Amino acid sequence: MIRMKNISKHYRIGNEEVRAVDRADLTVSPGEFVGIIGPSGSGKSTLMNIIGCLDTADSGEYLLDGTPIEDYSENDLAQIRNRKIGFVFQSFNLIPKLTAEENVELPLIYQGVRKAERDERVQSALRRVKLEARAKHFPAELSGGQQQRVAIARAIVTRPSLILADEPTGNLDSRTTAEIMDIFHELHGQGNTIVLITHDNSVAAQTGRRIHILDGKLTKEER
Amino acid sequence: MDSLKQSLRMAVKSINGSKLRAFLTMLGIIIGVMALVILVSLVNGATRTVTDTVSSLGTNLLTVTVSDDKGSAISLDDLSEWADLEGVGQTAAWQSESAVGKYGYTAETVQVYGTTAAYYNIQGLNMLLGRYIKSADVENGSNICAINENGARELVGYTDCIGESISLNGIRFTIVGILEDDDDSLTAVFGSSSLAVYIPYTALIRLSDSVSSKISSFYVSAADGYTVEQAMDAIYPILYERFDQDEDAFSVDSQDALENTMSSVTSVLAILLGGIAAISLIVGGIGIMNIMLVTVTERTREIGIRKAVGASRGVILQQFLLESVVLCMLGCTIGIALSWVSLKVISIVVSSLGLTFRMNGGVVVTAVLFCFLIGICFGLYPANKAAKMNPIDALHYGG
Repeated sequence: MIRMKNISKHYRIGNEEVRAVDRADLTVSPGEFVGIIGPSGSGKSTLMNIIGCLDTADSGEYLLDGTPIEDYSENDLAQIRNRKIGFVFQSFNLIPKLTAEENVELPLIYQGVRKAERDERVQSALRRVKLEARAKHFPAELSGGQQQRVAIARAIVTRPSLILADEPTGNLDSRTTAEIMDIFHELHGQGNTIVLITHDNSVAAQTGRRIHILDGKLTKEER
Repeated sequence: MDSLKQSLRMAVKSINGSKLRAFLTMLGIIIGVMALVILVSLVNGATRTVTDTVSSLGTNLLTVTVSDDKGSAISLDDLSEWADLEGVGQTAAWQSESAVGKYGYTAETVQVYGTTAAYYNIQGLNMLLGRYIKSADVENGSNICAINENGARELVGYTDCIGESISLNGIRFTIVGILEDDDDSLTAVFGSSSLAVYIPYTALIRLSDSVSSKISSFYVSAADGYTVEQAMDAIYPILYERFDQDEDAFSVDSQDALENTMSSVTSVLAILLGGIAAISLIVGGIGIMNIMLVTVTERTREIGIRKAVGASRGVILQQFLLESVVLCMLGCTIGIALSWVSLKVISIVVSSLGLTFRMNGGVVVTAVLFCFLIGICFGLYPANKAAKMNPIDALHYGG
């Protein structure tokens, strides 16, 4: 699913060069549930941007689902994100002016899926996160946990190769965290590949395999 | 197609979400469109009314003016001779002077027209009472006059005043006929002298120092079944020969020429006013651009989300461009509606002048196209700014 070899990404802040990701190697097989753990400033966001094709690496090799990700134009990357990756963010990132179902529908519109099929897939995605009753609600009318479930529905509606979750429980209390994690387990059980990025060890402990990141280096793998 | 529909829905939503801001933004466009549509429609309306009036005076009319008679002045006998030429209907000498008209203790400034019998038909006058000047009156230089309805009312005090005597610059004239006032006449439109007295040409010679038996201006009408051009062809060579082949010594004007001159003047006016209005539309466009830039910044996060879930640059560009175009076209529609109302109101207010103003179809189409163009031109920069945003930065903007 994911094969990264020797991936590096540098930033210049003033005169100082920061190695956000330093010669990272990472392999994720289909159907795996992988946790990437690291404190803030460890380079996890940069790694996630690269995995999520929001950014490209300066050097190294990245194969996503067999497709080498390098030297793509912004529009090509947008298409890869659209078809292969489902994002779940810490801050939900729903569009406030759109209802829950419209938010879920968005990636399908950009894929050019027909209206009838879109409606069907949106409804089934919302059913999977048990929010079909709230389809017509706006994000502001939903609780944090419900908003995150809408975001998960948006991530899975395109049937992506990879679900990429960036601190998905960071803004949620422990009870809702458990709810959201249950959904991830369920998705994992259905055969989805999930990469979850977190700094919370108790959340990370629920994943199938944990990878630590510190100062841009992937240090330790636990099973 | 679906993304276009979605963009349109988002544009409407976003405008709906901040109505006051959208209205203030559109105000520039609304005012610009109103200026354009109303001004051009007013000029066109005035032109049409005046042109209609001029043509209602009779298009089979030639006006001859002699500026230099070269020693062979035209006499009344010459005119009656020319009336027999092929293609020529009637000829009528005329000259006008203002004079003091008196009846009892009432004194008014009146416009005195010295004419012949043929003037009645050529000018399309209508009798209300009595008779007009006859050829015998002109031959004898009789002191009789025909007076218009308004003149009778103002000077004598009542309309049915045939047989009464008025004095013009001290000479007594007997009223033999009352003429109907014609609201559509050119003089009525321009609101000049509404007190008109018609007397025999020969009587005017006695009344005025500046008028002599040498005729310097006269009307020629085309005969039935002949055009003005044919009448012109008949009369022109005679005058040309008579005045030593000097075409500057006299002029023969048809009303077609007058109409053409007028329409070219008014179309220049319409272009000028339209141009000024177009400038205000461009200023409105700058307002749209300004607010679109604010909108793009406010919605940076939304742009980031859309890009993360797979919106390409083109889709984002389309969304914001469409919003700017929708804003412009909405302003345009409101502007056109308000212009229509304004023109109705103006028409009612000035209805006494006999002017009517209709919305000009051409200028509406121009306004719509222009607004569309402004929406595109001034929306392009903000939309492009949105499309070029880096998705990572946009996602983390403001938190």
